[in-house]
Amino acid sequence: MRGSEYYRVTPVRVMTTGLVLSGILLGMILFSLCLGPAGISLKDALTWVTGSRSVDQTAWMILFKIRLPRILLAGLVGFTLAFGGVVFQALLRNPLAEPFILGISSGAAVGTIIGIVLGLGFNLGVPLFSFMGAMFTILLVMGIAGRHGGLESSTLLLTGVIINAFFTAVIMFFISTTGGSRLHSMLFWLYGDLSQSRYVQLSIGLPVILAVSGIIYFFSRHLNLIVGGEESALQMGVEVELLKWISFLGISLMTGLVVSFSGIIGFVGLIVPHLMRMVLGADHRLLMPAAALGGAVFLIAADTFARTILSPSELPVGVITAFLGAPFFIYLLRQRGSRWTQS
Amino acid sequence: MDSELILKGVSFRYDSQWCLEGIDLELKEGEIVGMIGPNGSGKSTLLKIMDGLLKIQKGEILLLNRPLSDYTRGDIARRIAMVPQESNFRFPFSAFEVVLMGRFPHLGPFPFEGKEDQEIAQHSMELTGTLDLAPRSIHELSGGEKQRVLIARALTQKAQIILLDEPTSFLDIRHKVEIFELISTLSRTQGLSVVTVSHDISLAAQYCQRMLLLNKGSIYKVGEPAEVITADTISAVYQCPVFVDENPISKTPRVTVVSKRKEGKEQRL
Repeated sequence: MRGSEYYRVTPVRVMTTGLVLSGILLGMILFSLCLGPAGISLKDALTWVTGSRSVDQTAWMILFKIRLPRILLAGLVGFTLAFGGVVFQALLRNPLAEPFILGISSGAAVGTIIGIVLGLGFNLGVPLFSFMGAMFTILLVMGIAGRHGGLESSTLLLTGVIINAFFTAVIMFFISTTGGSRLHSMLFWLYGDLSQSRYVQLSIGLPVILAVSGIIYFFSRHLNLIVGGEESALQMGVEVELLKWISFLGISLMTGLVVSFSGIIGFVGLIVPHLMRMVLGADHRLLMPAAALGGAVFLIAADTFARTILSPSELPVGVITAFLGAPFFIYLLRQRGSRWTQS
Repeated sequence: MDSELILKGVSFRYDSQWCLEGIDLELKEGEIVGMIGPNGSGKSTLLKIMDGLLKIQKGEILLLNRPLSDYTRGDIARRIAMVPQESNFRFPFSAFEVVLMGRFPHLGPFPFEGKEDQEIAQHSMELTGTLDLAPRSIHELSGGEKQRVLIARALTQKAQIILLDEPTSFLDIRHKVEIFELISTLSRTQGLSVVTVSHDISLAAQYCQRMLLLNKGSIYKVGEPAEVITADTISAVYQCPVFVDENPISKTPRVTVVSKRKEGKEQRL
């Protein structure tokens, strides 16, 4: 049949889509690098490189010690959240599933806060507790989802609401018992804050997140089958249970790390995968890398907006994503609700 | 004719209670077997056992004269395909992508389908009359179209045995007949062996060479439709009074439920 080539995901299509999105990502990074209260342009930076002007130490500091790590971390966080969204949507067979909505992000946040209260180090101890918080929440959600694995939208949303309500209470408890000076930074962090970005976080986060997402990507084909029902996936030879555990562990690790860096940033895992699915289709071999790269672009854009809109003061980036995400969520629920709430 | 699948004294239990006991069945090449029985009689369980998805505690199953337990999951998936009662793709996969997923058990470590896989999928869609639907999103399709796409996926699996779990239960009469016609054509032209669970006894009787009547986890009767479907057997197993006569066109047994309200109506007249 003519044109059927078009409906099939080929390695070439994955590569070209990946390259195009990487190009957009690079452009976004450069664009964001030029924006900020201290008006330094990339042209200035280029003149330093070519040596036609001597290096301005302050400007250099702002560009590469403050802005760049923040931009890169925003990209990494967006990458992780969108990727996690895609994987959970497949495993729960529900397009509304997302780390924030399911309460996994707040679970990780509770872990992070407990780690901080216990006085653990930020490089290993705190992320470990975040990971455990995320894992605990995932097991809770899957326990509620039950043996068949799929979650109806209404059950999923109620589960998320209850888990979020409980963890918010735990978080408020810890914040209330913490001294006043730390309160502000903690609250900021809670709403998703990237202003504390350091290269050291990248050096831990980047290799772990790339490795873990690479492993999960290996099972993209299997996720396609799970979307069509666990039983028929099993029949075709997908190791459903094994794949679930790998995904839970992997996504907990990734989400835990990201939350310990940047707090709770919601809706990225909802908006980006949905848009990508509309444009590129549902095949996970294409969707997973596309959503991850798209998530990176999206969060860099959101964070750039967050740090420039009220310049010189800043907004937590989670505020921006929630402003965009909540209406989008309602739109999705209304638009497709009837179909997605069917069992 | 060769026997594709043989069940000998198969018994299965989830816990202490036996769900299925002493099941003997031979599935021959190109044969359509209709499985009937009341809810909870073990039809779906038996189908899963034939597919090796549930491990039996007693008896043995032979697939092409080798014990089913010797096969890996992938080996089984290349020989047996299952068409679920209903499937819920909630994401916008195209019908073609869904059919292409049937190649899963045949792919090596390289995770993309090649030209040949694509041709097989296209051919399966031709055989099931779904080629026009290829670019459409799976969740835009009607129930009957979706079932045909899933049968195309089973064909793409290149399985010799196809198990169908109530493939027509959500369909109207026209689409029910369409599915049975399709199964029957495929078994004749492709030599497929088919086991299908059905609640529509009279319709299944028109298309199946043999019927298997399950009752409380064991075979009540197995044989040609006319032997299995009698007023006595159906009334006894379903615990519902029925009248069985011959379908005047197909000459196969036809089941009519004897309504308890009939007498009342006559009185009112």
